[in-house]
Amino acid sequence: MKPPSEAVAAKPQGERDFRLIGTPFRRVDARAKVTGQTRYADDLSFPRMVHMRLVRSTVPHARIRQIDFSRAEKVPGFLGKLTGEALPETFGILPVSQDEHALCPDVVRFVGDPVAAVVAVTEDQAIEAALAVEVEYEPLTTVASIEEALSTPEPRIHDYGVEGNLHKVVSMEFGDVEPGFEEAEVILEDTFLYEGNTHLPMEQHSSVAVPEDEGRLTLYSSTQTPHYCHRALAKVLGLPASRIRVVGTPNGGGFGGKSDPFNHEIVAARMALDLGRPVKVTLTREEVFYCHRGRHPVLMALRTGFTKDGAITAQHLKTALDGGAYGSYGVASTYYTGALQTVTYDLPRYRFDGVRCFTNKPPCGPKRGHGTPQPRFGFEIQLDKAAHQLGIDPADIRLKHLAAPHTITANWLKVETIGLRQCIEKVVEGSGWRERYGKLPRGRGLGLACGSYLCGAGLPIYWNHMPQSGVMLKLDRSGGVAVFCGESEIGQGSDSVLAAIVAEVLGVDLLDIRLCVADTDLTPVDLGSYSSRVTLMMGNAALQAAQRARDLIASAVSKKLEIPASRLVFAENRVFDAADPEQGVTFQEASIIAEALHGTLATTGSYIPPRSPGRYRGAGVGPSPTYSYSASVVEVEVDPDTGLYEVHHVWMAHDIGRSINPALVMGQVEGGVYMGLGEVLMEEQAFRRLPKRLSDSLVHKMPSLLEYKSPTFHDMPPVTTYLVEDPDALGPFGAKEVGQGPLLPIMPAVANAIFDAVGVRVDQTPIHPHMILEALAAQANEEEGRYGPTAFPEVDFGETLLVPTPEQGGDGRAINSWKEQLRSGMRSSTGTMTTRDEALSNKKGALTT
Amino acid sequence: MIRLPPFAYRRPTDLADAAAMLAGEGPETRLVAGGTDLWPNLKRRHQQASTVISLMGIQGLAGVEETEDGGLRIGATTPLSTVADHPVVRWRYPGLSRAIDSISSPPLRNMGTIGGNLCVDTRCTYYNQSEEWRRSINYCMKAAGEICWVAPSSPRCWAHSASDSAPMLAALEAEVELVSTRGSRRIPLPQMYQDDGIEYLAKQPDEILTTIYLPATSDAAHCRSSFWKLRRRGSIDFAVMSTATTLWLDGHGRVERAAIYLGAVASFPKPADKAVERLIGEIPTPELLDQVSELARRKATPMDNTDFQAQWRKAVAGKYIRAALREALGMDPELLAPKHQAGGTPTS
Repeated sequence: MKPPSEAVAAKPQGERDFRLIGTPFRRVDARAKVTGQTRYADDLSFPRMVHMRLVRSTVPHARIRQIDFSRAEKVPGFLGKLTGEALPETFGILPVSQDEHALCPDVVRFVGDPVAAVVAVTEDQAIEAALAVEVEYEPLTTVASIEEALSTPEPRIHDYGVEGNLHKVVSMEFGDVEPGFEEAEVILEDTFLYEGNTHLPMEQHSSVAVPEDEGRLTLYSSTQTPHYCHRALAKVLGLPASRIRVVGTPNGGGFGGKSDPFNHEIVAARMALDLGRPVKVTLTREEVFYCHRGRHPVLMALRTGFTKDGAITAQHLKTALDGGAYGSYGVASTYYTGALQTVTYDLPRYRFDGVRCFTNKPPCGPKRGHGTPQPRFGFEIQLDKAAHQLGIDPADIRLKHLAAPHTITANWLKVETIGLRQCIEKVVEGSGWRERYGKLPRGRGLGLACGSYLCGAGLPIYWNHMPQSGVMLKLDRSGGVAVFCGESEIGQGSDSVLAAIVAEVLGVDLLDIRLCVADTDLTPVDLGSYSSRVTLMMGNAALQAAQRARDLIASAVSKKLEIPASRLVFAENRVFDAADPEQGVTFQEASIIAEALHGTLATTGSYIPPRSPGRYRGAGVGPSPTYSYSASVVEVEVDPDTGLYEVHHVWMAHDIGRSINPALVMGQVEGGVYMGLGEVLMEEQAFRRLPKRLSDSLVHKMPSLLEYKSPTFHDMPPVTTYLVEDPDALGPFGAKEVGQGPLLPIMPAVANAIFDAVGVRVDQTPIHPHMILEALAAQANEEEGRYGPTAFPEVDFGETLLVPTPEQGGDGRAINSWKEQLRSGMRSSTGTMTTRDEALSNKKGALTT
Repeated sequence: MIRLPPFAYRRPTDLADAAAMLAGEGPETRLVAGGTDLWPNLKRRHQQASTVISLMGIQGLAGVEETEDGGLRIGATTPLSTVADHPVVRWRYPGLSRAIDSISSPPLRNMGTIGGNLCVDTRCTYYNQSEEWRRSINYCMKAAGEICWVAPSSPRCWAHSASDSAPMLAALEAEVELVSTRGSRRIPLPQMYQDDGIEYLAKQPDEILTTIYLPATSDAAHCRSSFWKLRRRGSIDFAVMSTATTLWLDGHGRVERAAIYLGAVASFPKPADKAVERLIGEIPTPELLDQVSELARRKATPMDNTDFQAQWRKAVAGKYIRAALREALGMDPELLAPKHQAGGTPTS
């Protein structure tokens, strides 16, 4: 049996004591979830509710010639149908990639692209009707891979983007890298391939659209981003946002897969309005694989210069992303494959070139770590190779060259606290690294790797100056506190964090807090559960709202009891004099006193992240109020005869700033470890292309939970978790993120451990046993003991943006042509949001509310 | 979620009634026991049924009992977990417990039956897919199409045998009883199969598999059985290659009789006859087992229709065969990843 994870956390010295914060407590939704009381979207039922099913394309790329519903209409229970012409307006999560239609009006772009919808009385009837719809297609050339996208400019999958089937190119250089490479004593050049994979949430996407009085509409949906869903609905349905209500239901896992507005949400809404009946749609597992928005397959070329002591003199990273059929978050993903290389180790000069291609596959987007696990995989393996070549311990090459806290990186990211040193020290100590690394018998090995992640994206997805998170509190004579916030619980524990922060400040019990979340009619806007933003952004907004409520009550109690407000303590459901704890009132009495004095009691809090120093085009992707850090050591056993391997143990240390709830933090760490192991051991969003002479088809190889291999309980090794706590001034009570960061070190740590075990490199994911065997065979043949890609394609990345680094005295702006195109003092267009000009000229995709 | 299509459901309580129903209904009639294979197949519409006849109401069709000659009689509708956990099976036919313990997951072993597992449909990644998915490849030979996408120029279907109990019971020289309105017959288990991905069962369509007979073993020390299974994960997954071995030793440790069957590498449990011949009359040494494993490995013809790279599966098949042989003889199997072994547990 595996031992339970152990948390090793020390309370920082000289800190005030917290009543709740930092103590493991049961999550507020735990009992409902384990007893089946939680109502997920698919659990919802309304009077006269009917069922919808989408008819999805069975061809990868084609014009729609004709859609024949004649058989479908004869299916008993058939109620309605819809095709693309009914919803001509486009949508998409990013203002610059409004390239999706609710139903394809003319062209389908992958197997699974929705072309029509049918509604019937029962779900079974809807399924029968959907199967009976006949669609006639006129095939177009299929584009299946990065290489094919680069070599097949026609037909274009979309008529926007750079050219041909290139969606986006990026090229930027921070400081001159060439002199950096000249200074280097060792230069390593590697190519890596990170295969795509999907989120695999337990809950399949589900929505219920309910028509309300006077043409208004409510959509209940398992979405991570009710606010962005709300905007897309308003745009495509052509209704004022004020007449649409989106209620985010608790998500049975999201991991980034429910962060886009989806076809089924919009079509269900339209159908509900048309039919005047509630319409439910719950996707099959196969359809979830088609919604995807998962990890981009990324081919990488990484060139890094090192001095003899392992210091990095320069780095040049090239990435090519297989984006699939639509934009999704892809432009941001492209930037993210380059943005966070600079925040872990001192990297004085850095160049990044990236390209994203369109292919006839389900669209890729954000999955846990969004765009950063792929380059992190390459970077951390290359560091291991450098350490090996230079004769430096892999832990030391990192420890000696850590990025400095509270500085600005070469690409103009402001980093705050950096707990990476403690993280590395913890896992080195816990794993016995110093005694065991490089000394284990053949077949056993240890690997070390690190990572870092955002605590919320610095900018919203569309241009605006409004808060990224808002919290509203209502208190009254009942003694209860109602908390309203647009955040979405996706299993990560955001409801518990919200309740705990308010409970801590007001000194009340968690049970006295009533949450109302993720409801666009009732709650202040929060942008959603993505980019690891919720604890920090919602947390700060909650803190502000709670402190304001506390001040309001304190002023009233102070007046009534004649105790200075500064001496009042809020704890144990009481408000009392710190100097004489007997003197005080219950929290309920305090609320009554305050309501009598001030009238109705309500406060708000909001959060806007600090402005980032970068001013170049693309500077909008990467900034965050602060960054979390993680380090891991993984122990593997490899059978050199078969290439089969097992992970025996994972040691993971995470710089959390401060745990709001250590139990939740450890849950997220272990979940990240689990997901990371899946990505490196077995998971791949793989496709089959049938022989071209016989078929144009390009299908997902295994869109099922059985055949898309993901680890089970049985495959999960013991994990030892260390929480490094060094409160960061920018987080609520010092807290940073944990939802995504701990995934990052796992994949390279496993690859590095395999090298320690058997002396060969596998420079791609997932690491299948045959790859190890082939690398071992190559080594036995006196060739390089390596398996992985060997070349990066020729790509025209366009003009390189030249940005002097802070060290060079730069001001955060580019010094070549792009600069002239952007007006001084204006936030640059990042591709992920419209510029101010675009917003003000009210172009498509700009502010709609 | 995907749903079952409509069909007529019949639940006879008597075997003769069941046989009569099966003979009387059309060709679109299917038998069901635990339903762990048929229901998902019907949902995905790669199997069709106008009528489904459940065997679960038939009295006396489930149960494990010792026969007078010292063997075992296992009713076809006995749950897999009941068979694997039977003390006589665990003691005298440990390979069978191993094989059954490796099937799917505990809930499915409680629902699934031994007869159902012996008749389980062959599998292929071009076939075990939804109706919509199969439309997108214009179907395959095994269901509604014309081409075997695994080998497009091949005239036959290459779907692979997916049963874990079949190779093991074959290696244990089990026999099966088949009942129809025409009477009953008892045949060696391997005769129930044939090497075709579509018509993988050689039994007649109107025959019902009712009973599995295991021959007596003098004692566990002389009849050594073992089962190893290659798959991605330690649970749930079907085999991508399995090996079932039984060795009967005489008092001197000499091999009197032997059987090696390979699972999931062909459309039927594939015997490794040459390898077995090499063993007969010998006292097994590690060197001999290496040779035997290599001979058996050549019988494996894995195709690109399941998990893992096909060449690699062929390359490592010998390791698994060797592990099963060595383990049957009480030697260290010398293979990492016991989790891939049936019912194994993680090492840590």
